[in-house]
Amino acid sequence: MTAQVTDSLDDAAPVIRRPGFIASMKRDKKAVAGAVLLALFTVAAIAAPLVAPYDPNSMEFDMIGSPTWGHPLGTDDLGRDLLSRLIYGAQVSLFVGFATVGLALVAGIALGVAAGFYGGFIDNIIMRYIDLQWAFPNFIIAVYLVAVFGTGLSNVIVAISLAFIDDFARVARSMVLTIKQEQYIDAARTAGTSNARIMWRHVLPNALAPLIVLATVSVSNAILAEAGLSFLGLGVDASTPTWGLILAESRSFISRAWWLGLFPGLAIMLTVLSINFLGDALRDHLDVRETGEADRA
Amino acid sequence: MSKYLLRRLLGATVVMWAVATLVFFMLRAVPGDPFLAMVFDTGDPAAADEMRRAFGLDDPVYVQYFKYLLQVIQGNLGTSIYGSRVPVSTIIAESFPRTISLTVLAFTIAVTIAIPAGLISALYKYSALDHGVTFVAFLGLSMPDFWLAILLIITFAAGLGWLPAIGYAPLSSGFGTWLSHLIMPAIAIGTPFAAIIARMVRSSMLEVLKTEYIQVARSKGLMRWYILLQHAFPNALIPVITVMGIALALLMAGAVVVENVFAIKGLGRVLIQGILNRDYPVVQGAILVVSGIFVLSNLVVDVLYAAIDPRIRYE
Repeated sequence: MTAQVTDSLDDAAPVIRRPGFIASMKRDKKAVAGAVLLALFTVAAIAAPLVAPYDPNSMEFDMIGSPTWGHPLGTDDLGRDLLSRLIYGAQVSLFVGFATVGLALVAGIALGVAAGFYGGFIDNIIMRYIDLQWAFPNFIIAVYLVAVFGTGLSNVIVAISLAFIDDFARVARSMVLTIKQEQYIDAARTAGTSNARIMWRHVLPNALAPLIVLATVSVSNAILAEAGLSFLGLGVDASTPTWGLILAESRSFISRAWWLGLFPGLAIMLTVLSINFLGDALRDHLDVRETGEADRA
Repeated sequence: MSKYLLRRLLGATVVMWAVATLVFFMLRAVPGDPFLAMVFDTGDPAAADEMRRAFGLDDPVYVQYFKYLLQVIQGNLGTSIYGSRVPVSTIIAESFPRTISLTVLAFTIAVTIAIPAGLISALYKYSALDHGVTFVAFLGLSMPDFWLAILLIITFAAGLGWLPAIGYAPLSSGFGTWLSHLIMPAIAIGTPFAAIIARMVRSSMLEVLKTEYIQVARSKGLMRWYILLQHAFPNALIPVITVMGIALALLMAGAVVVENVFAIKGLGRVLIQGILNRDYPVVQGAILVVSGIFVLSNLVVDVLYAAIDPRIRYE
């Protein structure tokens, strides 16, 4: 009998399904433009060996050659094809962007839900640290952490995701605090549902909307952060072509070769823009209030 | 209010202590010994021991920690271990005014453009003008600041030759010279900041215009501009000021990168060069000072928030 009650309560978990998600996104021109652009970059990144016209590291072409039919985006100071380098660069940017946010999301939600759900001592410990980190911009924290861990792909990913944890933890915690007051939580508790199950089945699904929006905007911020770190020489190692690194290398030549300064940045901007467009459409669709928190780079 | 201020000041001190402690222990947990790396050049291990003693690194860690805290309180941030062994406080004292003038200029330019842009956007909601402002704001948010810096250099320094491509000139060398060096980095840093402020002004102005007191003012037949400037705008500014704290932090973060593009030896460049040179005393000092600026600006924004909104009373 008891088991039955629990089950039916579980089924009643009010997961908010808004009708016509795809339809509503399709009506939003920004969302469509964002989705198309992002799909383009993602396909290029995944299929880089097939799509790129040349080996990104081969130095067999004219040095600092301006854009031609053979090299649509020109060549760099070492005679490498810029288009091929940018296509391979998309791999690092997108991978770092999604991987860091994935890690920060999981860790941040765990911290935030634990803090909000248990309250008291656990809440205090977690939130003191989160508040401390909150006082600083994410990019600066990532710089501090790379200073400690050193450079390289995995260190950069860990540094950026740690830098983003506080955003997710705060949003998750405040959602949990609101949801905790709801009657269906009391009902589930009365029915003897375990804490872990309440969090997983009842709290989390209802806290998802703002977290999804935050995650989307965070991907674009993480991509910007990685590009910034690479640009400063604190990113992935120097042999991997990343957009930030390509821009940094081009700095000495930009007075003679505008294409070296223009295209890598354009790649970063279009990627970030496409994600921001999607994030904005999601925010409208899921009706999440803009707080400025998500815009924190 | 003074009680609130006192509590906040105490809180800020605790944050700074926590940062100092974290930085101290994290930098010591790093694998790899900077002193060994330096002595690699000379190949003399005795010299490395000598240097460790000179820098007090042969003491137990907790002794080092308390010595370090004591020194920091006295304003002594140690000595650079790279190059000519300059005191870190000297390096920071030199770089501090550069970063401050850069961020203040960026702030001024950004706010001057963003607030009117956001207001116009809100007043002419869904017009071509509004869409234009929104699109430009999206571009501003999506553009890496260091790339904008490069584009500005390509156009105004390398192309047109109007502005110096790199370097810094103090205000004492004349306003024009100062401005010509800082205008490009300031625009590069200020653009994402301006984008956030413009969007914030727009959305908060739209909220306020929907409220009852504005409806009442309208029905009393007050003039449109009077209502906007006297009633709507000040109230719309309140949420903007909270975001200002976040956005100020963004300006500082931007300075860290963009100073490196323009070879301005501000705090950001000092920090990054310190990291690249593994000059730990400099990194430690720069992190402390940059963190101090954040903590202080958060404090100022909170106090300002309380001062500007009479509805908020702190006990």
